[in-house]
Amino acid sequence: MGLKQNLHKLKEKYKGTKMAPAFNALHTFLYTPNETTHSGSHVRAADDLKRTMNTVIMALVPCLIFGIFNAGYQHYAAIDATLRLDPLGNFFTWDNFILGAWTVLPLVIVSYLVGLGVEFIFAVIKGHEVEEGYLVTGMLVPLIVPIDIPLWMLTVAVIFGVVIGKEVFGGTGMNILNPALTIRAFLFFAYPTWMSGDKVWVHGAKEMAGQPDAISGETILGSLAQNHEPIYSIWDSFWGFIPGSVGETSTFLILIGAAFLIFTKVGSWRIMLSAVIGAIVMGLIFNGVVDQGWIQQGSSFYGLMSETFWHHLVIGGLAFGIVYMATDPVTASQTNKGKWIYGFFIGFISVLIRVFNPAYPEGVMLAILLMNVFAPTIDHYVLKGNIKKRLKRLKAKTA
Amino acid sequence: MSKDIKIKKGLTIKLQGDADKTLSNAPRSRTFAIRPSDFHLITPKMVVKEGGKVQAGETIFYSKNNEIVKFVSPVSGTLTKISRGAKRVITEISIEADAQDSFKEFGVLNPTASGAEIKARLLEAGCWPFIMQRPYAIIADTEQEPRDIFISGFSTAPLANDLDFSLHGKENELQAALTALSKLTKGQVHVSIPKSGDSPFKAMKDIALHRVSGPHPAGNVGTQINKIGPVNKGEVIWTVAPQDLVIIGELLLTGKFNAERIVALAGSEVNTPKYYRTRIGAEVSTFIYDSGLKDENVRVISGDVLTGQKISPKGYLGYYSNTVSVIPEGDDYELFGWNKPVFDKISTSRALTFSWLMPNKVYDLDTNTNGEHRNFVVTGNYEEVFPLDMYPLQMLKSCMIQDLDEMEALGMYEVAPEDFALTEFICVSKQPHQQIIRNGLDLMYKEIG
Repeated sequence: MGLKQNLHKLKEKYKGTKMAPAFNALHTFLYTPNETTHSGSHVRAADDLKRTMNTVIMALVPCLIFGIFNAGYQHYAAIDATLRLDPLGNFFTWDNFILGAWTVLPLVIVSYLVGLGVEFIFAVIKGHEVEEGYLVTGMLVPLIVPIDIPLWMLTVAVIFGVVIGKEVFGGTGMNILNPALTIRAFLFFAYPTWMSGDKVWVHGAKEMAGQPDAISGETILGSLAQNHEPIYSIWDSFWGFIPGSVGETSTFLILIGAAFLIFTKVGSWRIMLSAVIGAIVMGLIFNGVVDQGWIQQGSSFYGLMSETFWHHLVIGGLAFGIVYMATDPVTASQTNKGKWIYGFFIGFISVLIRVFNPAYPEGVMLAILLMNVFAPTIDHYVLKGNIKKRLKRLKAKTA
Repeated sequence: MSKDIKIKKGLTIKLQGDADKTLSNAPRSRTFAIRPSDFHLITPKMVVKEGGKVQAGETIFYSKNNEIVKFVSPVSGTLTKISRGAKRVITEISIEADAQDSFKEFGVLNPTASGAEIKARLLEAGCWPFIMQRPYAIIADTEQEPRDIFISGFSTAPLANDLDFSLHGKENELQAALTALSKLTKGQVHVSIPKSGDSPFKAMKDIALHRVSGPHPAGNVGTQINKIGPVNKGEVIWTVAPQDLVIIGELLLTGKFNAERIVALAGSEVNTPKYYRTRIGAEVSTFIYDSGLKDENVRVISGDVLTGQKISPKGYLGYYSNTVSVIPEGDDYELFGWNKPVFDKISTSRALTFSWLMPNKVYDLDTNTNGEHRNFVVTGNYEEVFPLDMYPLQMLKSCMIQDLDEMEALGMYEVAPEDFALTEFICVSKQPHQQIIRNGLDLMYKEIG
């Protein structure tokens, strides 16, 4: 009697009971079920939702590992600025890793435990299988929050995000807003002091504020919004040796993740490409405005407006948002044409919010949530085009 | 008139056990069965009672809603049993065959006779059920004249019957049937054949010939309709399968309803996959055990693996089937099947699935769903294998929420469940696409049709 037979017996035992979904969730994690086709196509392709979601998680793992090192690095570099002279040499160290793991892993664990806990409860109450959507959401959440966010806040936010953002609509596949961003938006508006400013992005900055050895961790966007010259070079931000949300700093690794998602056909290249185009277009418009001299150096928008257009893609969370959040198939436009429009406006509006709302210098979260809401409308008009073609054909016939 | 059509989107599924191009006579089946469920939305009204004698071609039941649509016996013998299921619905009509066939004589009819004569003969001799209509993918309405008639002269489905082989030598029957059908429409009889190959339709008259190339579903008549002349609201088109044309042609030329079928027995579980000459409604075991099976735990399918019906190994050949596929059952667990690299299954993604590396590999797929049923999540993948100018995901959703206006607007009149077999095959959420479309069509038929 192997494990397989034992589990099969347990499955039969739990069949039809309230606990069946919970058991099945664990069982199917080990074994793909013995389910066979009943109607329609007798054979099926290899992909299932678990595999799809797992692919996204794999694409996120480099960002997580980098985020762990970066958490430690930013902390020590804020205390001893000389570390920044040789970022690469001082980055992948045990000290950084241990401190990073100590701060980042609790976020990951809380995110998964709380989120999956809610999913299990809903699955048992509603009698459906536990859906895989949260596997990705649970990984995204720790990567898009500031490092020192208190765990109880994260807990509250995750419960809110999963219940209000997803379960009330009927679970994975039915939600309107991206659950991970719903969680982040909740944190953002409920606990703004923990989500923005110059004291949240580096571990320990908040606790040491006001003390003689206080450390600051202003992000590039934060500096630009206040018309300060950022202390980091564009290469620093490309490689990711900068403060920011846990996993979104390294544009380089995000690009690798994007390449992986596009290659595996799990992420939509249409959305990614059009979002990049949208951001560049908006960036160019602002650069043009500055070149025309319509905005003076003293203006509060000057810092971000005059930033070279393509820098917008490298700084802040825009790249992360475009690659991992905008491409969520459930909340994005579902037609291929619609994806171009949807993506374009995400890039476009992200940069717009960045510039005109210095209080919330990161616009990508709000841009994606806004476009999530508009995605069905975009699809509606794309479908209208197809429907019109059909009506035209009919008219030509009957005329 | 000849036009070239190139299908770009799609997916050809290559499976092990393609039927070898040799033809054997299957041993004569002792019992035959007709399953009314093969005739969608038809409620049978029995003519022959249990114990009654029938000749081949004699009516055994007709449609309760339209008495002139008759269904005839494929064989001469004694009707032994009418099996009923829930609500006394007839599930199967069994006939014990005579040792020798005696045919009911309908008399020879020149294929160039008038449309009305041909129609009357097809109805009388039980050949009407071979004519399917769209919209709704049901047996053609006898009242409506079709705009056009479409025939796909080839199949691109996995392990499908190679019609170039199985129709060989039937040119006279085919021509007779095509000429006769051309009298039933003011439009044309469109026949599609592959770009290469020796199709018996190549030199036929009274048709518009189209050459089609590309991956599956290029051979599906639905794909061809969409490219040649899509169905508009208010229009009706007919489709007939080539193997049924042979029966229609023979009826006209000889006056007999000869239910002979050349069936491809295929699939990885068959020892010697090849072609058998048998009859509609015959026991499949007569030829399956002639070829031999490799394993006990198999799925026997009357039809191809994408659209066929599951039958028991002791079951009967379906009314419209010209293929019997036997593949392994997949009722087993697979350790970490959801995340380990996959080399032996087909996938359109590259999520640690490697079928993209081996485009010519021939697979041995089983009936496992490879995952659990979920809500629709992934978008954009159906479009890659769906050549019709429509939005498959949105159409499925409109069927699920029973939004008749939306279904109609998105092109529901043009489709049949089989058009969604490939999207069902690749569906990450393992949704039953063909069933959803079938239910949608039925709802439309009930409310609008």
